[in-house]
Amino acid sequence: MVYVRKKTEELRKIRASALYLDRKSKALNTVKGFLLGLFRAAVIIGISYVILAPVIGIVSSSFFSTQDSINPMVFTIPISPTIERYTMAIKYMDYLPILGRTLLYTGGVTLLQLLICSMAGYGFARYNFPLKKLWFGCIVVMIVVPLNTIQFPLYMTFRYFGIGSHVTNLHKTAWPTFILTAFGCGLKSGLYIYIFTQFFRGLPKEIEEAALVDGANSWYTYFRIMMPNASPAIITVAVFSIVWQYNDAFFANTFNMPATLLITRKLDSLVDVIANAERINSLRELQLYFDAGVVLVLIPVVVIYIILQRRFIEGVERSGIVG
Amino acid sequence: MNTAAKKRRFRLNYEQRNALRGYSFILPWLIGFLVFYVGCLIQLGQFSLLEIKIDAGTGTRQDIFVKFQNFVDAFTSHASFKQVLTSSVMDMLIDLPMIIFFSLFVALLLNRKFKGRALVRAIFFLPIILSSSAVGDAINRATAMMTTGVASSTAEIAETGTVSVSYYIQLFGDLALPPTVLEYVVGAVNRIASIIKGSGVQIILFIAALQSIPGSLYEVAKIEGATGYETLWKVTIPMVMPHIITNTIYTVVDRFTTSDIVALAADTYQKYNYGLSAVFSLTSTVITCLILALIVYLLNKRAFYYN
Repeated sequence: MVYVRKKTEELRKIRASALYLDRKSKALNTVKGFLLGLFRAAVIIGISYVILAPVIGIVSSSFFSTQDSINPMVFTIPISPTIERYTMAIKYMDYLPILGRTLLYTGGVTLLQLLICSMAGYGFARYNFPLKKLWFGCIVVMIVVPLNTIQFPLYMTFRYFGIGSHVTNLHKTAWPTFILTAFGCGLKSGLYIYIFTQFFRGLPKEIEEAALVDGANSWYTYFRIMMPNASPAIITVAVFSIVWQYNDAFFANTFNMPATLLITRKLDSLVDVIANAERINSLRELQLYFDAGVVLVLIPVVVIYIILQRRFIEGVERSGIVG
Repeated sequence: MNTAAKKRRFRLNYEQRNALRGYSFILPWLIGFLVFYVGCLIQLGQFSLLEIKIDAGTGTRQDIFVKFQNFVDAFTSHASFKQVLTSSVMDMLIDLPMIIFFSLFVALLLNRKFKGRALVRAIFFLPIILSSSAVGDAINRATAMMTTGVASSTAEIAETGTVSVSYYIQLFGDLALPPTVLEYVVGAVNRIASIIKGSGVQIILFIAALQSIPGSLYEVAKIEGATGYETLWKVTIPMVMPHIITNTIYTVVDRFTTSDIVALAADTYQKYNYGLSAVFSLTSTVITCLILALIVYLLNKRAFYYN
């Protein structure tokens, strides 16, 4: 009995000792950490699946042969894979030439966006001029009221473009996009100006003061000193601009841009073209060609994104995009 | 002598020169904004009061002034305008809190350091790339295909979808959850794919916001003995509150541009109902802006600005 009491007393002491408590809390923490990690992993994997599932679905079904597409036992992994969908899609989309033109168009618009939006952003961030607050408010208005609102007036503006009797129809060309972008009204230009403004505001003023003392004028300072320092913001805006411009359907539809210029427009008609040329009636089979076309269209942006993504995310974190 | 005097008269002081330089930098944007943006907004107002006829053959345009007839038509006799408008606005209001919560949650998850973070981040921002209307159909179809397995026909998908959902609805209904709450949750679960798709940029903005919170605040919280939960509510949330406002604006605008009402306006002008289309654009934009102003006003009251 005495022995038992002694042992209980010892046990109580051990339990109360700092070392024991420390170990207990440590063990609890490991369990907690493990459970949290498990929970986080489950959530991340789940969401990643939701995002990736359609991509996996499209890529896999673009390799399906006709038997695979009718066979109800086939899911995601084709039994007899074929690349016929791709050869057909490349052939009927006129893939490489049109892709080249689309990339030229996208690249040109992006360069214009970078130039015009960074200029405006620099002006707003570094100079004081009358009505500055009003104009910056207009930038916010541009972000809030999307171009979609003025879609129809834009359509009319470029349908009858010009002054007085010198009117031309600029539809079915790339001119409207370039004109709008060159004057800071391109796709999401307001957002880009905002990003650049916030970024330039965050840069130290001393660099420019040094440049001023050394006799650089404002344009030299902007091109040779500020722009090289603005690479996080430039990367951020460039990625947004390339991706959104490439995928854009708004300008393409509004100005009725030709399919020979934009690969996404060509994709719209791909199914009909193949159905006519190859005499295919089965909708399910046509869908497979369309999937191959979608993969072909998405490849360039995905490649650009993979190349730039690390710098892009760093850029977003450093560019003060949120103000 | 003469030229020197002229020079002196036109010499500007430092401030004026600075203002001129500032204007020279924003000039391209300013011209474009006034000519295209403001010009088009004014035109939109004009068009909403006109009936425009374009001759298909010659392309000549004829305007007839009809006062507010287009507005009257839109609200009284148009078949679907009011329905589409309400459903678009409702969708936007339902999605907004879901997207904000979801993107904040994901940003908190991704902001920690763990193995494979770069890969996970790359995957989470993928929806920004895939959010293209050109490939949208294919993606939606593929989503349906992948979520229901081998079900190949739409009827089959609908069946498997409704059976499981209604079972769970009943289960939670038996637990006496209020039906409105239940409907909202079920709706949110149904929309999970669209919510994930719609929150790519918001996640980026929140991650950037989280990175900009000074670490010293967390150190102080730790020294004072705050738990992780308390730190979240007392440090993180107040610090990202201004960015919640930014994200709200972005989400509302994004949802609006992809909503049915914008599609209806575009569809209407492609059917040569130019005046009516202008009315649709104008009304929906004004309503969206009012809602946005209200939300931002309410959030702004609770916001706290660190700087």
